[in-house]
Amino acid sequence: MSYIGIIVTYVFISNFILVQFMGLCPFIGVSKNSESAIGMGLAVTFVTGVASVVCWCVYEGLLVPLNLQYLKTIAFILVIAALVQLVEMVLKKMSPALYKALGIFLPLITTNCAVLGIALINVDESFNLLESFTSGVSAGLGFTMAIVLMSNIRERLELKPVRRLFKGVPIAFISAGLMALAFMAFDKTLLYNLGLV
Amino acid sequence: MTAILNAFLIIAGLGAVLGLGLAIADRKLTSPKDSKLEELEGMMPGANCGGCGFAGCSAYADAVYQGKVLPGLCSPGGEELAKRMAQVLGVEVKMAQKKVAYIFCSGDCESTTKEFDYKGIPDCNAASILFRGDNGCKSGCLHLGSCMSVCTTGAIKRKENGALEVDASLCQGCGSCTKVCPNGVIKLIPADSQYVVACNSHEKGSEVRKVCKVGCIGCRICETKFPEAGFTVDQNLATLDYDKASLEEVCKAAQACPRHIIRKRV
Repeated sequence: MSYIGIIVTYVFISNFILVQFMGLCPFIGVSKNSESAIGMGLAVTFVTGVASVVCWCVYEGLLVPLNLQYLKTIAFILVIAALVQLVEMVLKKMSPALYKALGIFLPLITTNCAVLGIALINVDESFNLLESFTSGVSAGLGFTMAIVLMSNIRERLELKPVRRLFKGVPIAFISAGLMALAFMAFDKTLLYNLGLV
Repeated sequence: MTAILNAFLIIAGLGAVLGLGLAIADRKLTSPKDSKLEELEGMMPGANCGGCGFAGCSAYADAVYQGKVLPGLCSPGGEELAKRMAQVLGVEVKMAQKKVAYIFCSGDCESTTKEFDYKGIPDCNAASILFRGDNGCKSGCLHLGSCMSVCTTGAIKRKENGALEVDASLCQGCGSCTKVCPNGVIKLIPADSQYVVACNSHEKGSEVRKVCKVGCIGCRICETKFPEAGFTVDQNLATLDYDKASLEEVCKAAQACPRHIIRKRV
């Protein structure tokens, strides 16, 4: 698959939230206003990008030579958790402004299944290093797109008369379901039509 | 056997290396927290009620530390905490009034009429969906106790006649009950206020009389005869301005009220 193909796949066709339903916790939790949604999206994009690269290195450099591929899930969890913690510390020290913007979201991402998901998908698809990085970043961008769209919808929903029972999270889930239905329109044929396979 | 050993060693090694790396990074990278901030965080009540308007106790401590707000917003901590916080920071205290919740409805099974018999989920918001509840009065307390279930300190209690009551000594003034009530019957009032108009109905007097024996009918006696007392009648409901109220006048007005709805708080 070409690099553009990977980007289109993970932003639209296999969008992490709306098609694969991974990382729903921050999607619902942090989509109340668009400013923090953008912050969360950027933090996820950053972490998925870096985690893809590091996990690829651990897998190819450590697990494959020792024939321990079956340990990939637990190894990736370890690596991602440590990585996010490290990134948080470095940001706190080096760039307090960026830490303020992203910092509160980083602990949320530590155990986000979207990050682990992209690392495992990279292995399943047997991507090389650069392909892994591309898929990681595009998965994050897909997440950002979904959460920013969602936050705009929710900002407008705040002003609409919604039944008290449905106010807040319930109506957000219903809207997310409708968005997911719309995203079902993107499927593999898109890649063929664009000539990206 | 070697496969198991290998797997164990790799994962243990990976964990150890990462853990060690984080420990070193933690030593090198974290700048120590200011001792004042730590002290402030330590003295917070830790209820995380959100009554101050911040996300939690440590968020409020941080805001005070940075000088964004003055100490004294914390309702559970009260005056004592504000003084101690001010002492640490070396600033003046300006105390926010301590507030407690009060249920602005005097209705119970005897004084109010029922339109029908509600047998659904015992929750005010659920009952409110069905013709805005089973009471004849549509702005009063539904007596199903949604506020009791959100209260973190158990300050809202049920009296013998089925009506609900806030125990002011337990109430922290966080306001979570005011948000859950579908009719907005519960409001926050200054903790030292002695009299309240215990009704929430904006209906016309004749309508109120039909459904409730005690509700405010908006007769304006308290407003016109006792101008010093600080009552205003707006949309058929008397409200008391707690800052203006002079106790003597309010007491007289309470006696003059034909519905005896201006009540002394217990």
